[in-house]
Amino acid sequence: MANNTNTGNPDTFHKQKHKDEMIKQLITFVLMIVFTIIAFVVVLTGMDKFFAIPLLLLLAVVQVGFQFYYFMHMKDKGHEMPSLMIYGGIGAAIVTVLALTLIIWW
Amino acid sequence: MSHDHSLNPETMPHNPEKATLEGKNKFLGLWFFLGGETVLFASLFGTYLALKNSTAGGPSSEELFGLELVFIMTMLLLTSSLTSVYAMYHMKNNDFKKMQLWLGITGLLGLAFLSLEIYEFYHYIHDYGFTFRSSAFGSAFYTLVGFHGGHVLFGLCWLTAIMVRNAKRGLNLYNAPKFNTFSLYWHFIDVVWVFIFTVVYLMGKVG
Repeated sequence: MANNTNTGNPDTFHKQKHKDEMIKQLITFVLMIVFTIIAFVVVLTGMDKFFAIPLLLLLAVVQVGFQFYYFMHMKDKGHEMPSLMIYGGIGAAIVTVLALTLIIWW
Repeated sequence: MSHDHSLNPETMPHNPEKATLEGKNKFLGLWFFLGGETVLFASLFGTYLALKNSTAGGPSSEELFGLELVFIMTMLLLTSSLTSVYAMYHMKNNDFKKMQLWLGITGLLGLAFLSLEIYEFYHYIHDYGFTFRSSAFGSAFYTLVGFHGGHVLFGLCWLTAIMVRNAKRGLNLYNAPKFNTFSLYWHFIDVVWVFIFTVVYLMGKVG
């Protein structure tokens, strides 16, 4: 069993590319932390729920977008099928949540 | 694996996780699975939202939840998402040891998250008598949050399995897709958690 850990290391060009990508992901991470803190602060300040709930949902959607597009690379080329599948899932998810809540509330 | 040069090439391609047909299929298969998982979690979220006020005289979400613990859990899981990004960064640079190190850190953060979740459930059951059977709210809460915790547990087992199995093998085109699919799954766990801390805990506190 050959240990090939050190064979074929990427060239400087690709190493730099990976580094640039990593910096973008670090910025994404910092933004996600900031959004999380904002969300917790919104709740701690006791904001009125008609403002707080849409704001919290918006913050969550943006964070999840970061997660999908940056951490999971959906912004990169060759992610048409993943987008189709995840948006298909999200579409069905919205209908599911609406159906279950509306059935009980009305 | 050393007899198979197609999986152990002289020079690693730039995207080792998608260089083979099997790798491409694993990638698509996992995204297909995540699409389904989205619907599954949506049904649990829908149930929770519909039943969260049916407390049957027991504690309500405002009385029950403490934001400090949830905040720490959120930070742990968010950070573990970043560490798995680091692991994939080292995978693309063909640095197996550093990849294993960052995967290990990811696993430890996941374990810390899971321990806090178990403590949280224990706290609710012992100090509030709030159980799976105490109300419709209880059933919906433990099913949703517990299902996510189950996903974390499954992820930890998966991570341990691929780390141990490939420890001596080094990185090649056979296992790079495996590490990559794990990292996608782990990010998805974080996606679900973002909605749990928003919809269950924060919106539960707002009322």
